[in-house]
Amino acid sequence: MNPRGHAYGSIAFIERNFALIKRYIGWELVFLTYNVVNALAIGLIGATMGKDKVLYLVIGAMVWGFLSILFHEISESIAWERWEGTIEYTFMAPISRFVHLIGNCLHAVAYGVVRSTIILLILVVFFGISVEGANLPALFVIFVVSGLSFVGLGLVAAILPLLSTEKGAYATHIFEAVLLLISGVYYEITVLPVWIRPLSYISPATYTLRAMRAALLDGASFSELLPTILLLLAIGFVLIPLGMLVFKQAEYYAKKTGKLKRSG
Amino acid sequence: MNIAVQCEELAKTFEKKNRVIALDRVSFTVEKHEIFGIVGPNGSGKSTLIRILSTLLIPDTGWARIFGHDVVRQYGRVRPCINRVSVDAAFFKGISAWENLRYAARLYGLSSGVAKERTLEILDRLGFERKRYYEPLEDLSRGMQQKVAIARAFFTAPMLLLLDEPTTGLDPRSKLDVQEYVRRSMNQDGLTIILTTHDMHEAESLCDRVAIIINGRFVTMGKPSELLARYKKNNLEEVFLEVTGREWKEIEYES
Repeated sequence: MNPRGHAYGSIAFIERNFALIKRYIGWELVFLTYNVVNALAIGLIGATMGKDKVLYLVIGAMVWGFLSILFHEISESIAWERWEGTIEYTFMAPISRFVHLIGNCLHAVAYGVVRSTIILLILVVFFGISVEGANLPALFVIFVVSGLSFVGLGLVAAILPLLSTEKGAYATHIFEAVLLLISGVYYEITVLPVWIRPLSYISPATYTLRAMRAALLDGASFSELLPTILLLLAIGFVLIPLGMLVFKQAEYYAKKTGKLKRSG
Repeated sequence: MNIAVQCEELAKTFEKKNRVIALDRVSFTVEKHEIFGIVGPNGSGKSTLIRILSTLLIPDTGWARIFGHDVVRQYGRVRPCINRVSVDAAFFKGISAWENLRYAARLYGLSSGVAKERTLEILDRLGFERKRYYEPLEDLSRGMQQKVAIARAFFTAPMLLLLDEPTTGLDPRSKLDVQEYVRRSMNQDGLTIILTTHDMHEAESLCDRVAIIINGRFVTMGKPSELLARYKKNNLEEVFLEVTGREWKEIEYES
């Protein structure tokens, strides 16, 4: 297939996923409302502890919202294809797995940005948040580089519903919940029991949140943030090819054991 | 070379609660522009064979080639040449026929304009009402969904079509529409088709050659007229009884 064909291939997943969102727009509104209310409630808990804490917690809610959308959308897109039985048709189409997965990732990023921006605007208006003194360009850079690492995590997680539709979905949610616990989304990781803390150091969300808070609360400069940005970039560059590789291996295993069937 | 499909000693076993032999050293060839029928009861290995040829399942032993390309090692060359219709019309049921077909078109490198033109032409010939094209598939009958599945397989202009029980469960009108479409496409397009079916009459009327599969093995194979002559029978159901010792109607009832 020529480059134009591959471009069409990636567009297929973006177009299809947005068609599904449009079809189930009622549920989208429900989830968005829940996310907004959840972020507001967390911010209000912060309000009882002082103005600084509002922003601290709101950043946690925002960042977690964005990263969990990326992670979830990528792994969920495979689960959805398994439920509908369309995965066999996608897999036998003449597109590379890279184009297939990148298409899903591009949709996840676009969807995550739209959802997170809506939530951010509501939070800013509700709490009258001022971002004066914050390093906003750094904020954007951190979002992009941490997005890469979460795309990689999503790709790794996507193998679970590929191998088992139902059990895979359970495992993906547990994996996501553990990330929430260990990454210091609403608290410093120093409050975690010592035996859990090593896990925090391998979660990219820990570094994303640390850098976000430094840029927004302390107005940290690019040079101060550079080590964390480079670390996040490195995690992304390791996790994305690793995710692709693991997915290819899982696909081979599924084809060997006949697990691509709808009932498999 | 006039060979479209070549399989040699294909075998596949699934490790479930019990070890299930799905395919047991199956060998056959299909010539270009031929309709090759495979008939057999549920669980006889038909779909396993179709999945292997669709590059979705890796055989334990043996090999299969499509237009000279190995389905395991050269799947990238096989995929642009093939398409498939399965017994269950697998779609994103919440979105419309058009949205599903546009998605399929993109995967095959086709523009939405070409997709719309080709699929509407096929669906018209299948007797699909155009006004239903933009309705969610979950609102369409099983017969209409299967017609959309047929359009999805044909509009990419494959050289080999794998039709896995495309008419099972359809109402008689839809069944005739699909059979007539397959027959006309063979005359016009000259593609190659492998058709698995439960319907002996369908196999007899549509297929150039037929193989009967039981417990993963081809027990007999040939032109319908040759099979009738070889076993001195009047129809394929009687041939089935002769080679398997079981009544076809009994098998159909169990299915």
